Amino acid sequence: MATQHSRSVARLMMAPAVVLLLGWMLVPLTMTLYFSFKKYLPLRGGDLGWVGLDNYIRFVSSSSFWPAVQATLVIVGGVLVITVVLGILLAMLLDQPMWGQGVVRILVIAPFFVMPTVSALVWKNMFMDPVNGLLAHLWRFFGAEPISWLSEASMTSIIMIVSWQWLPFATLILLTAIQSLDSEQLEAAEMDGAPVLKRFYHIVLPHLSRAITIVILIQTIFLLSIFAEIFVTTGGAFGTRTLTYLIFQRVLESQNVGLGSAGGVYAIILANIVAIFLMRIVGKNLDA
Amino acid sequence: MARAVTTRRKSLNTALAWAVGLLIFFPILWTILTSFKTEAQAIASPPLFLNFNWTLENYAIVQERSDYMRFLWNSVIIAGGSTILGVIIAVPAAWAMAFVPSKRTKDILLWMLSTKMLPAVGVLYPIYLLFIRLGLLDTRGGLVVVLMLINLPIIVWMLYTYFREIPGEILEAARMDGATLKEEILYVLTPMAIPGIASTVLLNFILAWNEAFWTLNLTAVDAAPLTAFIASYSSPEGLFFAKLSAASTMAIAPILILGWFSQKQLVRGLTFGAVK
Amino acid sequence: MGRIQLKSVTKSFGDVQVIPPLDLTIQDGEFTVFVGPSGCGKSTLLRLIAGLEDITSGSIDIDGSDATDVPPAKRGLAMVFQSYALYPHMTVRKNIAFPLRMAKLDQAEIDKRVEGAASVLNLTDYLDRRPGQLSGGQRQRVAIGRAIVREPAAFLFDEPLSNLDAALRVGMRLEISELHERLATTMIYVTHDQVEAMTMADKIVVLQAGVIEQVGSPLELYRTPRNLFVAGFIGSPKMNFIEGEEAAKHGAHTIGIRPEHIAVSDSEGTWSGVVGVSEHLGSDTFFHIHETGLADTITVRADGEVGFRHGDRIHLTPRADVIHRFDAQGLRIE
Repeated sequence: MATQHSRSVARLMMAPAVVLLLGWMLVPLTMTLYFSFKKYLPLRGGDLGWVGLDNYIRFVSSSSFWPAVQATLVIVGGVLVITVVLGILLAMLLDQPMWGQGVVRILVIAPFFVMPTVSALVWKNMFMDPVNGLLAHLWRFFGAEPISWLSEASMTSIIMIVSWQWLPFATLILLTAIQSLDSEQLEAAEMDGAPVLKRFYHIVLPHLSRAITIVILIQTIFLLSIFAEIFVTTGGAFGTRTLTYLIFQRVLESQNVGLGSAGGVYAIILANIVAIFLMRIVGKNLDA
Repeated sequence: MARAVTTRRKSLNTALAWAVGLLIFFPILWTILTSFKTEAQAIASPPLFLNFNWTLENYAIVQERSDYMRFLWNSVIIAGGSTILGVIIAVPAAWAMAFVPSKRTKDILLWMLSTKMLPAVGVLYPIYLLFIRLGLLDTRGGLVVVLMLINLPIIVWMLYTYFREIPGEILEAARMDGATLKEEILYVLTPMAIPGIASTVLLNFILAWNEAFWTLNLTAVDAAPLTAFIASYSSPEGLFFAKLSAASTMAIAPILILGWFSQKQLVRGLTFGAVK
Repeated sequence: MGRIQLKSVTKSFGDVQVIPPLDLTIQDGEFTVFVGPSGCGKSTLLRLIAGLEDITSGSIDIDGSDATDVPPAKRGLAMVFQSYALYPHMTVRKNIAFPLRMAKLDQAEIDKRVEGAASVLNLTDYLDRRPGQLSGGQRQRVAIGRAIVREPAAFLFDEPLSNLDAALRVGMRLEISELHERLATTMIYVTHDQVEAMTMADKIVVLQAGVIEQVGSPLELYRTPRNLFVAGFIGSPKMNFIEGEEAAKHGAHTIGIRPEHIAVSDSEGTWSGVVGVSEHLGSDTFFHIHETGLADTITVRADGEVGFRHGDRIHLTPRADVIHRFDAQGLRIE
């Protein structure tokens, strides 16, 4: 509620942010769309004319497409399962009364603040190195043959690294949600004779369902575009080439811009499908 | 009043939680420890935990060989610049949305957030091309603008949620008291919103500091920040564990400290207020 | 000086007209209360006068000059908000001084006026505290202090007492009335509480759905409510309404009789009924009478010592000279 004057001032004050974001969205998007319909090889002849939907068809029919889709799904799915399950357990643990809760919280959250290139490199060299890595030492200690993680178990390794980075995020959000659970509800259930597991299943889990949905949606959006972790570990080799990485290679490494742009359009559509669900939840919350 | 917990149960919780916490934190701890070892000690078998000769030589070598300070400075400029620029653009927008809401406010806000969902790789080439044409490739200015744009939705969003907690009546009181719009924002809104603005700045500084797609793809030498500096260790040089650790420790230490202050804001900023 | 005149003022939010064309004159120095149920448009009307909302059509004159397009800061009005709207980051002194600082007064003058207001409002000892350290009543006084230092043409109060507890509310009511006596400045006061309206006002404006139902002094409204709405709204407990045969005897569609205008007796009377709930206030007792054949419940006031019990059959006699008569449209029949 306001006056005509303040409304026009408000429009003026929103203008810079709106115009900038509109430009940031429309200009590159239009260019990507434009390139995706062209045969465009900057280093081998440049703009070679319109090709219609050729790039879109070639992108999905190339031999690297389905493996990339699979790699993406395995990484996103694996990380989601690990972070959500461990996140719930960890959040419930941290919600218990204990000594030094603040410090433990800090320890658990810390990985989120480590820059992706650092965490990828530290894991790659100091833990997963088949000769000097800490895990190799551990394996040898138990008399097992050390694994050369990033080539033999490349997907597992990447999922481990990324899960380590995102577990704090899931834990923190789920912890916030658990703390908003009314303890009287649990006590009432206890009075009603519900055992621990039943209480978890019928009260805690439903209470967390919204937070879990949000963790899944937000992580999916970020996980679909993980880049640095693959860039510095396997460089897309050993079956770890995700869609994002495939597009990156098409565009910058092999400089096949048309093809890469078509891939980019697919990536945008994919992300938008997830985003729609997320925006619905956020939007509902705005009304409250 | 929750029921009293037995000391036994509390001890059990404490032990378990600390064990898990230390396990999760261990890679960071190990990196920090290794940074104080010599290269030989770093790959000793069995691994040395605390029983080694502490040394600072790795830090000296990293600085000397790779000019660590330059990368650090680039990170500070890029993360700081994009955050400050973002806040300057976002404060008026958030003011308008929070205090002069219209039917379209919600749509505009959601649309802004949705631009955050745009996968970077989808617009990689256009941005790359624009950067070349505009001479922005490998410049700090270019990165400041890009990181500001990708974080602007979060900045607007966070400020909006903080501003909304300030009762509109107080701003109306200022208006009745004869304050102009500028005075209203300067003397009433900003002092009241300082904690919110500070948390917004903090979280976005962290996000920009750790951003590792655009910083890797749009820099080469001059403007490369710490993300790129570390990535350069993925070559065989990474086999020098102690030096890698020293470099890593220097890259993450400042942000770990800042990060611990921003735990609460993290939830608000990254879930767009959907979890409280 | 503070004569405020609204000339066919309307207000719409989108397609919804919340204030249909409305005319009202508030005389200089008058204590005017806008009263009505929540959502009746009384706060909107106050905000239109303040300039915090645009009017959709019509005009507002303050002291004879058109203020319709004048921004709130320039109208020379001061407002006390429901939430007090104190600046939490400023001390009491700075809160009170804020409007003077905005008016670019010199520091000596500011100090003088702040000290003056503080002593009038008993705030001198609290000048260096922040609003968070004050009680509800003290905050209320700071809000009033911030309004009076400006020496405005008129004060606007938006339900200023609704956040206070009952005892404090009575005290503040007196303080505001005294302030009005002393300053003799125009005051417009919005409330949903008819007791506040009756006790404080020179002139009451009863609003419903954006329409002025009646304007008048408290006693005028009490004695001669223009319609059923005002009759039911003013007075506590509420007036009894009786329809049908009994009303027809008085040549009306509905008759109204206030609880305090019905005499009770255990032996004889015009009507009879059975005692339900009794509310004993000490000075008065209110009986809720059922099975009268007139209406579901008839409320009557009796002396504090009258001791009927639940279930007693008693007799009621209305005072004939104060029976209010209304036609089928709910308008008063003189």
